Amino acid sequence: MAAVLESLLREEVSVAAAVRWIARSAQSSEDDPGEAAALSSLRPLRKEFVPFLLNFLREQSSRVLPQGPPTPAKAPGSSAALPGRPGGPPRGGRGARSQLFPPTESSSAAAAEAPSARRGGRRRGPGPGRERGGRGPGGLEEGVGGESQLWPGGRRSRGSGSPGSPSLVRSDPPNLSNLEEFPPVGSVPPGPAGTKPSRRINPTPVSEERSLSKPKTCFTSPPINCVPSSQPSVPDTSPWGHGLPPGCRSLQEEREMLRKERSKQLQQSPSTTCATSELGPPLPSWTGNLTAESADPARVSSRQRLELIALVYSSCIAENLVPNLFLELFFVLQLLTARRMVATKDGDLEPSPGAPDSLESPLFQSVHDCVFFAVQVLEHQFQVLSYLDKGTLKLLAENERLLCFSPALQGRLRAAYEGSVAKVSLAMPPSAQAVSFQPETDNRANFSSDRAFHTFKKQRDVFFEVLREWEDRHEEPGWDFEKGLGSRIRAMMGQLSAACSHSHFVRLFQKQLLQMCQSPGGTGGTVLGEAPDVLSMLGADKLGRLRRLQERLVAPQSSGGPCPPPTFPGCQGFFRDFILSASSFQFNQHLMDSLSLKIRELNSLALPQPEPSDEDGESDVDWQGERRQFAMVLLSLRLLAKFLGFVAFLPYRGPEPPPTRELQDSILALRSQVPPALDVRALLQQGLRARRAVLTVPWLVEFLSLADHIVPLLDYYRSIFTVLLHLHRSLVLSKESEGEMCFLNKLLLLAVLGWLFQIPTVPEDLFFLEEGQLDALEVDTVASELGLDGMPVVDQHLLYTCCPYIGELRKLLASWVSGSSGRSGGFVRKITPTTTTGLGAQPPRTSQGLQAQLAQAFFHNQPPSLRRTVEFVAERIGSNCVKHIKATLVADLVSQAESLLQEQLVTQGQDGGDPAQLLEILCSQLCPHGAQALTQGREFCQKKSPGAVRALLPEETPAAVLSSAENIAVGLATEKACTWLSANITALIRREVKAAVSRTLRAQGPEAAARGERRGCSRACEHHAPLPSHLISEIKDVLSLAVGPRDPEEGVSPDHLEQLLGQLGQTLQCRQFLCPPAEQHLAKCSVDLASLLVADHIPVLGPPSPRGLERGQARRLLHVLLSLWKDDFQVPVPLQLLLSPRNVGLLADTRPREWDLLLFLLRELVEKGLMGRTEIEDCLGSLRDAQWPKDFSEELATLFHLFLAEPHRPEPQLRACELVQTNRGTVLAQS
Amino acid sequence: MILTKAQYDEIAQCLVSVPPTRQSLRKLKQRFPSQSQATLLSIFSQEYQKHIKRTHAKHHTSEAIESYYQRYLNGVGRNGAAPVLLELANEVDYAPSLMARIILERFLQEHEETPPSKSVINSMLRDPSQIPDGVLANQVYQCIVNDCCYGPLVDCIKHAIGHEHEVLLRDMLLEKNLSFLDEDQLRAKGYDKTPDFILQVPVAVEGHIIHWIESKASFGDECSHQAYLHDQFWSYWNRFGPGLVIYWYGFIQELDCNRERGILLKACFPTDIVTLCHSVA
Repeated sequence: MAAVLESLLREEVSVAAAVRWIARSAQSSEDDPGEAAALSSLRPLRKEFVPFLLNFLREQSSRVLPQGPPTPAKAPGSSAALPGRPGGPPRGGRGARSQLFPPTESSSAAAAEAPSARRGGRRRGPGPGRERGGRGPGGLEEGVGGESQLWPGGRRSRGSGSPGSPSLVRSDPPNLSNLEEFPPVGSVPPGPAGTKPSRRINPTPVSEERSLSKPKTCFTSPPINCVPSSQPSVPDTSPWGHGLPPGCRSLQEEREMLRKERSKQLQQSPSTTCATSELGPPLPSWTGNLTAESADPARVSSRQRLELIALVYSSCIAENLVPNLFLELFFVLQLLTARRMVATKDGDLEPSPGAPDSLESPLFQSVHDCVFFAVQVLEHQFQVLSYLDKGTLKLLAENERLLCFSPALQGRLRAAYEGSVAKVSLAMPPSAQAVSFQPETDNRANFSSDRAFHTFKKQRDVFFEVLREWEDRHEEPGWDFEKGLGSRIRAMMGQLSAACSHSHFVRLFQKQLLQMCQSPGGTGGTVLGEAPDVLSMLGADKLGRLRRLQERLVAPQSSGGPCPPPTFPGCQGFFRDFILSASSFQFNQHLMDSLSLKIRELNSLALPQPEPSDEDGESDVDWQGERRQFAMVLLSLRLLAKFLGFVAFLPYRGPEPPPTRELQDSILALRSQVPPALDVRALLQQGLRARRAVLTVPWLVEFLSLADHIVPLLDYYRSIFTVLLHLHRSLVLSKESEGEMCFLNKLLLLAVLGWLFQIPTVPEDLFFLEEGQLDALEVDTVASELGLDGMPVVDQHLLYTCCPYIGELRKLLASWVSGSSGRSGGFVRKITPTTTTGLGAQPPRTSQGLQAQLAQAFFHNQPPSLRRTVEFVAERIGSNCVKHIKATLVADLVSQAESLLQEQLVTQGQDGGDPAQLLEILCSQLCPHGAQALTQGREFCQKKSPGAVRALLPEETPAAVLSSAENIAVGLATEKACTWLSANITALIRREVKAAVSRTLRAQGPEAAARGERRGCSRACEHHAPLPSHLISEIKDVLSLAVGPRDPEEGVSPDHLEQLLGQLGQTLQCRQFLCPPAEQHLAKCSVDLASLLVADHIPVLGPPSPRGLERGQARRLLHVLLSLWKDDFQVPVPLQLLLSPRNVGLLADTRPREWDLLLFLLRELVEKGLMGRTEIEDCLGSLRDAQWPKDFSEELATLFHLFLAEPHRPEPQLRACELVQTNRGTVLAQS
Repeated sequence: MILTKAQYDEIAQCLVSVPPTRQSLRKLKQRFPSQSQATLLSIFSQEYQKHIKRTHAKHHTSEAIESYYQRYLNGVGRNGAAPVLLELANEVDYAPSLMARIILERFLQEHEETPPSKSVINSMLRDPSQIPDGVLANQVYQCIVNDCCYGPLVDCIKHAIGHEHEVLLRDMLLEKNLSFLDEDQLRAKGYDKTPDFILQVPVAVEGHIIHWIESKASFGDECSHQAYLHDQFWSYWNRFGPGLVIYWYGFIQELDCNRERGILLKACFPTDIVTLCHSVA
């Protein structure tokens, strides 16, 4: 490979030809024959050129960026050549992953039969270390990442001390647990490692260097031993989705720390090292010392060589020959911001001006070289840079080195900055609430049984309880999801027996997921339960807003370097852990079904249609909405796909690939039988065909990012990767022809694909090995149609939201400015979308027949908003129509059913017969009326749709267009409503009638009579009457006083009694607060009170009348009561209780007994028609059955006779009765 | 009437082993003249109920029941007109109405062939005239009218108070022109959990958005509030978002700690209500 570079340097081959040669296997006619000849001899090596170049650059830069190559590319050639690499003890950082690209020696063979070759390459780098790099538990999403800056470079595991210089490489293998290799304290470590003493205690220039730019540490790998145990919360089975271990940083440093630890504690376990390292990489505490070497264009050595390589490199980037565009930019910016050259110890690293045009001498001999090279590349990449966010542009434009080396570029950047509107804002996360209860899907009718309904009711509550607890506690140290919530979650899942309940729960789960996590920054704590944003609209929560802003600014940043592993940040962590803790097969299956369905639905959502080419201001306004909608859909899809990937690959997930080829083959054989959870390949192909890659690919990448190690080897997924690689290659940013994808759309796809190619589970060599097959594969896009890809649907906001790691560029530049390695973490924040509006409803698919075709044609030449409006109106009116029919026609039928049922009950006696039979009879009478629903539905749609369309379309819409739109809306709405109605109206009527029947039958109970006919209060009533509760309470007090026991001084004043009865009258007249049970109790209490009056049992307050109430007073009170009973009570008054043995028995206790009041009362009852004579006679008759003292029985018999003997005009007898009131014997005497 | 935890504790302290009679209530009112009677009664009732819940089991052992019944029989044997049952209840520190139930149940077991059903017993407690034994009927009646924490009358009063406050709240909402759905309407629509009122358009109370209002005609102490949170308020939150709870008889100040989370407590109808302004048309 070096030969190619050499021939370039010798100018035997032009750069353009070389790049063409790399990009395409076939020689193009443009090639100079001489060049072709020079290159063709190197043909077998063609594929290896790019990896070679990248690794070459990384290696060359290692002296500038001494803490291991900062970017995860390492030359296979050079490192493979190093002694002692393969088969050495586990070397954490230096597994196969430590190379971006696999060793060359296998690559030509690998091209032919990739899997085996790859496996071989992989096995060489034993798993644990490299897996650690990728997926340490307690990763970024656990919120630890903030301080420790877990740069994900670990995935590309580079030993920290492997900057290509052989001496350092040799010291690299870090078997930390090997005591011999790491002798205890004090002993000087042998070899070059000794040149790096503890950085914290005694900083040497070297250590200063490495601390300068923190990002450099990101590519180092964590020590192998630092494996999961440090984060107990992670279930062993799935190290997935967890970010890097907190201790992820340079091995050198780990060694230093380990040594220090050992000095204190001899038997230190490796995990302790890990724990220690959680403190994060040392913060630069000596920032003052960090003055960077100034770079001077005049001191650049071998300009020409640098220019040439920069050109080749830039061309590779431009042709998408590098796997990750942003990673290369990051590398270049690192070169730009390199502080100083490492002091070299070996003479061979001295600049050797004698051989400037060969590869013998180092490429970067000074910081000046680095900066020069970087600026050269940046000049070529200006177009990409100009699309970065405003903040990055500003930092670039303000970079003094850049100004110094290329004032022209600086000028262009400044202009780009000034013209940029791509401010990526610190929007507040949308405040999520609980998923609201929707009767249409959540009420009883949607469940198979009452039990299922109630179980789900409880589950909803448990789910949110768990969620709230997680919110409160997940950031507490030592809190563990599984320990804290696991058993509760499983208990809840255990109740989900019926399949239907699972689907309900899954719907809730998925909705809540979308609500809370749509924004990538769905940062747990602040989202749930937060005052909704509408508050700030109301101006009521400024303080809260400020507080939240503050929280955000001080919150640890959770970005993980330019290519972080897939994580579940913020609230997503809850949902991931929930799935893990639930460990329910049924739940996972239902969840996959539901996620797949939703993904399909959203993926096929009709998004912005191509506008007519003449863009004016109006359509620009529309585009705001289109973009927002696209962003919403895209973000939702990504989230759903990520979780689908998580659940779908969960059973296969393991920390490392299968150890042997045989095992792997058998796994492959098994797995290839399993159909994919969602046919993503078909969706991808559809997406490409329909030119909707910009929508489909980002979510597909999320899905694939959670695949396990085997997935990329399965034929099905291999073919997907092949397509993606092809797509990646085709997204050449500089091509801007008609029908090309928009620039930012391309940039988004390049960013996500580049990221995907860096995922640990994606074979590192895949990117280069698949290349050979690319030419064969052509995706037949329907080029004529301009799909989403050609629409400017992506803006910087969305780009940064989807790919927060692009923000690392800005962070890197900012750290250069601040010299503090971005420790404050304040500049690059997560980006969250500003809107929370729901996803648009899917338009009805009703296209049948010529009319439908005409309608389609009509829309074709209209702005897309017209179509959306019509579809929206139709959808809503159709739905409203159904609701309207329910509320009118069905409700009428139900009330008819009720009255029919009443008749039935009257004719057939109280229980009316078998309810099921009744229902059948009613339905057979009523269901035929359902046919009216269609007519009424049609009328409704006809009436309502046009107005809605008119209101929503621009005033200026031409009359013909308007009326067509109205008609189409009417048609669609009618179709929707009638389709539903004709299919469901009978069932609906049945259901409602059934509910009414059971309601009516239930109402036949004893309560029914009490409900009777009720009067309200009079119109003038101001509802100032005493409250019923107060009256019951007062009367109860009187009763308790009367019944006793009471203190001697206790009693009731007659005035109070009169007042009380007066109040009772008022209360009964004002019905405002009166409910039937209260009225019933009042009635009963009033009867009890009357009995006590009759028996003279009310203790009267004060000395004048120690006996009791005067007879006259008592009679007056009884009169009041009688009139209340007659006129004011609306519930039946239990008057027969007046003659119950218990109440009559009260008389037995009084001496002398006085019967006159009772007789008076009985007569009045008859007089007022409150009780019939016979009724009273019956009561009196039954009284005689009770056991009484003999004299009482006799008196009672006398009373009975007296009452019977009375004529129907009782007034004169009353007087007669009064004559004898003092003598108990007189009543009897009169008989 | 919002009390601090300390104020509340002071009141609760005075209520230890106080029988639920009108005399006790009177003394309580004298002891805390500055507190509203309704609040005091509510606290008293709740404290007493807690006490009964704690001691309930020991009164329902068969030994205890037998011993109470014998004491009752002996008592009424000596003098049927004396408040035997009431005094027994006070003596053993149990609610009179509940004691009446125990004795009635025991009595019916002895006199009927089949054990009495719950509904029969409830009906007899509501209307002691149905009790076949006149003396027992009087004793039971006396217990019921003298019990201010338990019994059918007290239940009815509590129910009435709850209803009245809902009506009051409804009037206030109507007066403020806030449209709402009430519990019955919600139930008819098939909601599984229904607060008293759901606002059709949310409003902000003291800067907090609320979607629903629940009326509680009682004092909000820790115990009842936790139970309500678990059974009702969070469930409402889970379905309808943040909301307002009005404890008409006050609550312990410290319990109003979920405002940020979406559960706001008030002791009266709020005055600081901000409604959504309709955008300039």
